[in-house]
Amino acid sequence: MMIFVLRRCGTMVLTMLVVSLLLFLLLEISPGNVATKVLGPYSSEEQRNLWLEAHGYFDPIYERYFRWLGNFVIGDFGDSIRFKVPVGEVLWPRLANTGILALATLGVVVPVSLILGVLAGMREGSTLDRTISVSSIVTTSVPEFASAVLLSAVFVFLLDILPGTSGMSEGFDLKQLILPVMVLAVYDFGYVTRMTRASMAEVMLTHYIRTAVLKGLPYKTVIARHALRNALITPFTVIMLQINWLLSGVIVVEYYFAYKGFGALLLEASLNSDIFVIEACAMVAVFVAVATQTIADVGYTYLNPRIRFS
Amino acid sequence: MSEQTIEIPRRESSILRAIKSVALLRESAVGMVGLAIVLFWVLVALFADLLAPFPPNATIMPLVMPGTEAPDGGMFLLGTDHIGRDILSRIMHGARQVLIYGPLATVCAYSVGIPMGLAAGYVGGLTDEVLSFIANVILSFPVLVLYVIIIATIGASAVNIVIAVTFASAPGIMRIVRGLVLDLRSREYVFAAQTRGEPPWRIMAVEILPNARGPLIVDACLRLGYVIITIGVLGFLGLGLPPPDPDWGGMINETRQMAMAFPHMALFPCLAISSLVLGFNLLADGLREVSLRD
Repeated sequence: MMIFVLRRCGTMVLTMLVVSLLLFLLLEISPGNVATKVLGPYSSEEQRNLWLEAHGYFDPIYERYFRWLGNFVIGDFGDSIRFKVPVGEVLWPRLANTGILALATLGVVVPVSLILGVLAGMREGSTLDRTISVSSIVTTSVPEFASAVLLSAVFVFLLDILPGTSGMSEGFDLKQLILPVMVLAVYDFGYVTRMTRASMAEVMLTHYIRTAVLKGLPYKTVIARHALRNALITPFTVIMLQINWLLSGVIVVEYYFAYKGFGALLLEASLNSDIFVIEACAMVAVFVAVATQTIADVGYTYLNPRIRFS
Repeated sequence: MSEQTIEIPRRESSILRAIKSVALLRESAVGMVGLAIVLFWVLVALFADLLAPFPPNATIMPLVMPGTEAPDGGMFLLGTDHIGRDILSRIMHGARQVLIYGPLATVCAYSVGIPMGLAAGYVGGLTDEVLSFIANVILSFPVLVLYVIIIATIGASAVNIVIAVTFASAPGIMRIVRGLVLDLRSREYVFAAQTRGEPPWRIMAVEILPNARGPLIVDACLRLGYVIITIGVLGFLGLGLPPPDPDWGGMINETRQMAMAFPHMALFPCLAISSLVLGFNLLADGLREVSLRD
């Protein structure tokens, strides 16, 4: 078990290293481009060379990469070209905002999709099962930007009970969080529900459940004590992996609702070629994705008694 | 050639077999609804020139509500946008864009992912480890983060969207193909082919790949839905197909600022893209249901 965890962590570090190399090559392969982006298109050749000289861009590329990587590890991402401040100062508050959004979304998605998934999987083929399955296909088919428009049309335009933007300009406002969370939850819950349903349906067909039912245990006890424990292992993995999708979703939702989060920052940085911000955001996003995947793998092995006791 | 006269039952032509498998789909109500939606949009895209009441990029009358009569006869069934272009006509021509670039990008992704998966699964060893690691690295990016970085670096154009989709989806396809190959490569007909001395590429392409088609077709349908969402999202983020040609995501992005006063401008493209994706998802679900049955 210990060795397995260590190996997973090793793979994680290796993945991060390769990702960092990819990003570095993609964004900083040509020093001339970097200088133009930092100093603007109207800088002179001389200014650019001076800047490159001062920042060590004439060193061999591997030296530059390792220096860049070293700075990265200690949290020095360079200065944002657009905001003229260290990237960290822009990034961390944005990341905290996205964390609030993501936690709120998971807080809705996890209970709703687990309950619906278990209800649907408990009696496969029933009307309830069909209704839940079809509606989860429908909601995952509506892209986030479309559901953002649809939900805004209903709650902002027709009913006028929720604010249409979530800039949070006058401090934190729970009301402004509702629509973004709703959009993300509607898109995400379908997949987790379907996976929970499949897992539950599979467990319900096993021999030990049949034994428990034939033994005369009340249906509720069979579900709560025997079925759920095994049926909820897969959803745990799915939910952890869902965080990767959530990071994609926040870009769209934050852009639409003008929420000051990490996804919006990455998009702005990409549109303005703010390369140091792009690098930092991308690395953070990949780190979160890889870390949750590792937790999912380790957790799955730990939760599954067949693997744990072998 | 031998002189034996064994009566080999004639294999039905592939077209006939394809028709039969489509007929199987009739058993799944969900699948038929999906197929109907997809066919509807394919027909709209094919005949957009005939069906569209107005030219898609013509400025006629700005900010008209749905159902208003046009000055030179005809009617703006879905209204017009802020520059005065007929929304119905733009949605019809936009269907063409989506249904050209969506499948094109998916086919490109498959033509990269399938050889990678075949090689990883059949050859195994170091080839497998290297390919799988590359796939893991690319898949560890949140998808949209990858798209945004790629498109922002290489620029927004139709070709670049196809490249980005290929780059981001090929690893996922590779994983699926690899899993299928690992299952199939120990089958008897593969051993038979190996004994006959067939070259590896032939075994992979002729013996293994056709037998892996079932799950791949289901996956392709689902993936096509995702690619269509992706093209829409990129358009919505302002990284999509360049204007003025209609693109559903772009239409929503251009008009969403005014959506509070004129919701129809963003609403109808939203319904269009959602219904098309729903069509592909239902179709995939139906295909899966049918393929599990036999």
